[in-house]
Amino acid sequence: MDIAIQISNLDLFYGAFHALKNVNLAIEQRKITALIGPSGCGKSTLLRALNRMNDLIPGCRTTGAVLLEDKDIYGPAIDVCELRKKVGMVFQRPNPFPLSIRDNVTFGLRVAGRKNNASLDDTIEKSLQDAWLWEQVKDKLDNLALELPLDQQQRLCIARVLAVEPDVILMDEPCSALDPISTAKIEELMLELRRRYTIAIVTHNMQQAARISDYSAYMLLGEMIEFGVTTQIFENPKDKRTEDYITGRYG
Amino acid sequence: MALAFTALTSLLLIAIFIFKEGVPFIARVGFKDFLLSSDWRPQAGHFGIYPMIIASLLVTFGAMLVGAPLGIACAVFLNEFVSKPATRIIKPTIELLAGIPSVVYGFIGVVVVAPLIRSQFGGPGLSMLCASLILGVMVLPTIISISTDVLASVPNAYREGALALGATRWQSVHMVILKAGRSGIVAAVILGMGRAIGETMAVIMVAGNTVQLPHSALDSVCTLTAKIAMEMGSATGPHRQALFAIGVVLFLMIMMFNALAMSAIKQRFAGK
Repeated sequence: MDIAIQISNLDLFYGAFHALKNVNLAIEQRKITALIGPSGCGKSTLLRALNRMNDLIPGCRTTGAVLLEDKDIYGPAIDVCELRKKVGMVFQRPNPFPLSIRDNVTFGLRVAGRKNNASLDDTIEKSLQDAWLWEQVKDKLDNLALELPLDQQQRLCIARVLAVEPDVILMDEPCSALDPISTAKIEELMLELRRRYTIAIVTHNMQQAARISDYSAYMLLGEMIEFGVTTQIFENPKDKRTEDYITGRYG
Repeated sequence: MALAFTALTSLLLIAIFIFKEGVPFIARVGFKDFLLSSDWRPQAGHFGIYPMIIASLLVTFGAMLVGAPLGIACAVFLNEFVSKPATRIIKPTIELLAGIPSVVYGFIGVVVVAPLIRSQFGGPGLSMLCASLILGVMVLPTIISISTDVLASVPNAYREGALALGATRWQSVHMVILKAGRSGIVAAVILGMGRAIGETMAVIMVAGNTVQLPHSALDSVCTLTAKIAMEMGSATGPHRQALFAIGVVLFLMIMMFNALAMSAIKQRFAGK
């Protein structure tokens, strides 16, 4: 199997708090890997360690290695902006910028130095189509993105990431602010995106992990308890603690 | 309750008094001869305040050219690039600037800025340029304080979203954060304008106070506020009424600035 991201012996501290404890995990290319576990187990922290969003938190310290294309993203020669173009992120609450739909989609390209003109039109259409949003917004690309309904805002945030053509997409509970119908649509979209992108998703919703992910990782108190093929994790967990969580006896 | 009412009533009475003294005068002299004439000779019965209106507007505009970029840049720096504990010290310090008496700013203008302008650019030194520079610094606390609050209220999700797409800190500021806070920052600048156009003491000291239409930034000018303050003590009859009428004009200008700022703020909250 082809590995997109290899995490080895990763420890992470928020000041004195040991948030991730010696985590090892391989995220496979063009598969969906779900991180599950109770609140505060470190799954979001782990996800945000993969594009170094934790750098924004004062007092956050990391040891160990996260290899992307055989290079440690915590190494000295890494440009964090370049890293974040390769490893895109979709957040818990849809956070389109207070700009037009067009400017939202082109944001990542403009950041990379592309001029905002007609040469971006193809990318805009393709990204929105890939996020299943083109039909709804094609006639109002210059409207404010904040006027869209919440589920379309979230798909716009996905389109915004797709426009940069990342290798990996990180999703931090992307459906937790959405209703069940919108959730189903995003899940279906993720399965479609899996053909071309590696996806890592944090979710509170175990049914969601079971429905869409190829691999699941169960975390507890900052430790990686068990990692494996999703069907195995859910039907035949090896660790007692995983079983307790899956069957609802814990968490 | 009673105290609040007293405060409001006194404000209202001041407004009524100014209007009562000023409006009949404007009606008598004529709108056009008062606002659009350049002939200010109170003893001869000529009350044209056009040069002073222009001087007030130009000085205010000049002050904004100085104060707005500095103030906004400072707010961005404080909010996006300085650690929280440092901001907690720097921001109150800046707000302290607002407590310096304006005569002190004027004094600095007279002994430092004006001679510098005279030696570097020529002219009398006490000039529109000097007034703009001093006022530009004086409005900084207003602009910085409001802009910082505006930027602090921009949701963190915008910052994270921008950075996660590979933006640098600076790109996230000018492509997203400033746009999200645009109307609030506009309001901050307009409130700064209100403060600049109403400032009197410092302006009297540094603007030169010649009633004339300025041809360059180095010319001496006389603003509306300076005219009132300098002549009120000795004015009688129509001359005194004329000064009240200038007060009416200033009052309306500042009301207009505040209304503009309010509508900018309202627009900001409607946009969310």
